[in-house]
Amino acid sequence: MAKLSIDKDACTGCESCIPSCPFGALSMKEGIAVVDEKCTFCGACVDVCPVTAITLEKEEKAVTIDITAYKDVWIFIEHEFGKVGSVSFELLGEGRKLAGAIGCKLCGMLFGDKENVDKFAKEAIAYGAEKVYVMESPLLKEYRTDPYAKAAVDLIRKYKPEVVLFGATTQGRDFAGTVATTIEAGLTADCTGLDIDLETKYLKQTRPAFGGNIMATILDYPNYRPQMSTVRPKVFAMPSRDDSRKGEIIRETLQMTEDQIRTKIVEFIKGAETVNLADAEIIVSGGRGVGGPEGFKPIRELAEVLGAAVGSSRAAVDSGWIPYEHQVGQTGRTVRPKIYIACGISGSIQHQAGMKTSDIIVAINKDIEAPIFKIATYGLVGDLFTVVPMLTQEFKKRLGR
Amino acid sequence: MKIAVCIKQVPDTTDVKIDPKTNTLVREGVASITNPFDEYAVEEALLIREKLGGEIHVISMGPPQAIEVLKNALAIGVDKVYLVSDRAFAGADTLATAYTVAKTIQTVVGDVDLVICGKQAIDGDTAQVGPGIATRLGIPQLTYVSKIKEINLEKKKIIVERLLEYGREIVESSLPALLTVVKDINEPRLPSLLGIKKAAKAQIPTLTAKDVGADENRIGLKGSPTWVTRVFSPEARGGGGEVLKGELPEVVPLLVNKLMDTKFIK
Repeated sequence: MAKLSIDKDACTGCESCIPSCPFGALSMKEGIAVVDEKCTFCGACVDVCPVTAITLEKEEKAVTIDITAYKDVWIFIEHEFGKVGSVSFELLGEGRKLAGAIGCKLCGMLFGDKENVDKFAKEAIAYGAEKVYVMESPLLKEYRTDPYAKAAVDLIRKYKPEVVLFGATTQGRDFAGTVATTIEAGLTADCTGLDIDLETKYLKQTRPAFGGNIMATILDYPNYRPQMSTVRPKVFAMPSRDDSRKGEIIRETLQMTEDQIRTKIVEFIKGAETVNLADAEIIVSGGRGVGGPEGFKPIRELAEVLGAAVGSSRAAVDSGWIPYEHQVGQTGRTVRPKIYIACGISGSIQHQAGMKTSDIIVAINKDIEAPIFKIATYGLVGDLFTVVPMLTQEFKKRLGR
Repeated sequence: MKIAVCIKQVPDTTDVKIDPKTNTLVREGVASITNPFDEYAVEEALLIREKLGGEIHVISMGPPQAIEVLKNALAIGVDKVYLVSDRAFAGADTLATAYTVAKTIQTVVGDVDLVICGKQAIDGDTAQVGPGIATRLGIPQLTYVSKIKEINLEKKKIIVERLLEYGREIVESSLPALLTVVKDINEPRLPSLLGIKKAAKAQIPTLTAKDVGADENRIGLKGSPTWVTRVFSPEARGGGGEVLKGELPEVVPLLVNKLMDTKFIK
């Protein structure tokens, strides 16, 4: 078992370590720091101690697998409604850098029916994949956990990739958790940064935790391969497409029949919104300040002119003014648009957790003390019912709409 | 109908403050709560029991103080609760956690018809433990569930609605199955006074690694492929609040200029 020890003689009681613990496991007792059972051995306190009184011993296990057998960076090419998810292309762009740093190949992993596979394998190559591992079957036409997991597990066991990346979408998160558990590999969720350690060539995975209030960098212990992560959409830039690129397609057969699949998709009810929060480059959001369901009318009008999606704070959803699928924040969706316009939203820490990595944040609020102004790129103090229609008019004029 | 519900104690983020000087999380005096998504999981189990009868077993893995979230669950009316707590579990990542919880269900709770978890916990935000438990138990998973449309115990079938990016997917699955639920699914009830009194007196069993039959090499940090190597504060947002001053007829076009200059508006 791992052990965190605090050298009683060395500790000066400076308390530097106390706020560094993300889990609140450190406290002061008779002038020296003590650790309790909330400790998860993350080591955050070790680095902050000015007198190196804290040491973390991790029980090193012998490496029992041959990690040199694991090669290449794989990207899961996810698709829905006949379209590849843009996060998969973003990952091919980032994967290219990782493969370059490791000195290995960049590959796609793609499942679908014939129509999907023929089209999307070419696209994966155009966006940088040197090889695409493919399973084609009518059973793989739409994403379902059972056949997709079977396909991925079989391919990963056979070809042994070093790194496998998935988009942190509902599909990617449903899928990756199952695959990683089956092959007993590490999986780091919702990464926003990836890097290769120059010395070991291991994947360094950085992700936000506690609603984005802290960041953690995570490594996979070398007894477990591949190193797997889900990565948030819109974190990495879209690479350029080059249809003249050539790549190899490797086909394998799905070893599964329909009666072995435990779920069936009965129906899909498409959302009523024309622009979706997940894809939106611009989001116009309303909060408590909109005052009621009809208060979303000016928000929607501005969104329409901008081609934006409509978001909301938890307060507006809990009051029943707008459906839950619009909620941005800790108990709603995490978004990362280019422009986020918050109207009548105070900007609680929970709301910020869902939107504060947006490129530009515009805050419109009556209350100049509202926390949203602290993170806003541009703030405008005023009544949203006056300001938002004025914005709509002005944009209409400029855009000629 | 036998239902297992997995819940987690998390810090209450409404209490969390950022130290403006050091830009680090101020965790002192932060209260702990039941993970909000898990409250929907418990409520959904209660709603199913009201309709179909049966028993609800609630499991929480965590340090000894996690007993509080189990007391809350008891107060709301679940049948049995278990605290899975052992120093040997410390440092567990999602693989080791899912293993431990699945072992607990198998060893202590026994055969279940349904396992319900919250979509994710608000501290780690991984959404990986639910699928991990389902895989360990060898049962299908239905994630992001926003509605249970039908449960047919005789035919061992369930039909649910899943809330995805582009709409709602209606899926049929065999039972037993594991669901992870989103906020939209119900409105959690509050405990009754009687419930709170009863829960306060209840003896809650604490299960160790040995009690749940866990292999010591597969739990805690030892059984975890992923290790945190560095924890740091995110970079503060640049810009930090340019509040446009002046009369609205002047500042509105000014704001529009600034946004048009970004070229993001097409």
